[in-house]
Amino acid sequence: MKQKIGLNQKRNLFGWVFLAPAVILIVVMSFVPAINAFITSFKTGNGADLHFAGLTNYLRIFKDAVFIQSVKNCFFYLIIQVPVMLVLALILASMLNNRKLRFKGIMRTCIFLPCATSLVAYSIIFRSLFAADGFVNLVATKLHILSEPYNFLAHPTSAKIVIIIALVWRWTGYNMVFYLAGLQNIEYSVYEAAKIDGASPLQTFFKITVPLLKPTILITAIMSTNGTLQLFDESVNLTNGGPSNQSITMSHYIYNQAFQGVPKFGYTSAMSFVILFLVAILALVQMKVGDKRD
Amino acid sequence: MTEKTKIAIQYIVLIFASLISVFPLVWMMIAATNRSVDVIAGKLTFGSRLFENYQNLIANQDIYRGFMNSVKYSVLQTVISILICSLAGYGFEVYHDKIKDGLMAVILMSMMIPFVALMIPLFRMFSGMGLLNSAVGFILPSLSTPFLIMLFRSAARSFPIDMIEAARIDGLSEFGIFFRMFIPTMRSTFAAALTVTFMNAWNNYIWPKVIMQDSKAQTLPMMISNLTSGYFTDYGALMLAVLITTLPTAILFLALQKNFAEGITGAVK
Repeated sequence: MKQKIGLNQKRNLFGWVFLAPAVILIVVMSFVPAINAFITSFKTGNGADLHFAGLTNYLRIFKDAVFIQSVKNCFFYLIIQVPVMLVLALILASMLNNRKLRFKGIMRTCIFLPCATSLVAYSIIFRSLFAADGFVNLVATKLHILSEPYNFLAHPTSAKIVIIIALVWRWTGYNMVFYLAGLQNIEYSVYEAAKIDGASPLQTFFKITVPLLKPTILITAIMSTNGTLQLFDESVNLTNGGPSNQSITMSHYIYNQAFQGVPKFGYTSAMSFVILFLVAILALVQMKVGDKRD
Repeated sequence: MTEKTKIAIQYIVLIFASLISVFPLVWMMIAATNRSVDVIAGKLTFGSRLFENYQNLIANQDIYRGFMNSVKYSVLQTVISILICSLAGYGFEVYHDKIKDGLMAVILMSMMIPFVALMIPLFRMFSGMGLLNSAVGFILPSLSTPFLIMLFRSAARSFPIDMIEAARIDGLSEFGIFFRMFIPTMRSTFAAALTVTFMNAWNNYIWPKVIMQDSKAQTLPMMISNLTSGYFTDYGALMLAVLITTLPTAILFLALQKNFAEGITGAVK
């Protein structure tokens, strides 16, 4: 008996050896800098010359028109893109789960393929496709949908919509894979029983697929919300935040403030904590909403 | 609606989605082989200007160096990160107790910290340590990720405890069990982890943009982004650069696609 306890303790120690590198790295590379940023957010000054200034930075945020614009933009992307993408991914996944269809493998690969492109690469592809002399304008003018080429990226609303189209293109397949994985855990006989009972495809979708996939939908919603609030590559490479900061994202603005011109580390740290706060709040809300429907 | 029309609608939707998904990539590949003028004119057939586009591209950016940098950083990050996170995921599951479970919850919380919040303190820390423009500087912040630890923890959950006990009786050490039994059994999880980690490293943009200030240390995504910032409007060469950046991850993804889906399924369960 005594020996067994000794052995357990030895194993427990071994457990810590397995964990140590990962845990130490997360503490040093995430928690320490996060605390550091939190402290810096109460300081002002240029470059490394910083002194405490209380809530100055946080008060300044509310008067910063560009930052407020960037928050609005991120929420615009979030509110339109995330639901559209998740619903599309759900529909495509439930169709690909139909055993009667053929060529499912190749269609799944095609729809998932955009995920293999780098964020900078696809941003540049979409920027070229939607340019004033780009392919979309060419087709639209040839088909007489547009009388003359429209500079999508030079107008605030259309620039934002191009970003949303690009995001939906890049991420729908990614989320679809999660749903397909979730659907494989649902017994196919449930669907066959529903069909025998005369359920329509829409009823099956809302009464079986959506409720049973709820945990997966919740995970994908939280991941996409988090990702959308931190958008950077697309804002830099697709629209360059333009026209005149009308499509800029929070991360892009923070990057510009920190690394272009005189670095304002205190102010940018405060702005980054606003993002942290928003991500945390939205995750909590989504978890609450996710629980309610039980 | 008859059964046949239902099936037809599903085919139409799926084929349409497949075409939309593939078109921008096909367009990019075609553009990489054509003159810029032809790209603008909407030419949709492969051309013969691949070599000329390559010449124009390397005259503007040192793409070969960028490619080798990206390979170096990504391979290093993938190998080390998978080793560290698989050990941790296995450890959290196999040796779990109250303290370790609590610690896992704390680690998951770090997923909520946006990278922009860490970027500035990390930059100041790394420049103090002389890690700017270095591979170590590139990989350090992303070596240990909650997502990978979670992935390997769920994999370890399906690893039978009887097998571990039997191996212990046979005299295999704790690390021996991990390296000789866990890794070979969980091949699809490791393949999924490899795909995700390599793609994240290859595609990382904001962090190298912060620390790789020397043009000799730049990555491929940084270089194609540089191309668009000037007056460089050669669509053919630009799309060739995009193609070069996309190929490695696309090949990896297509090769490991099956394992990726299986590995992710394990994580979602």
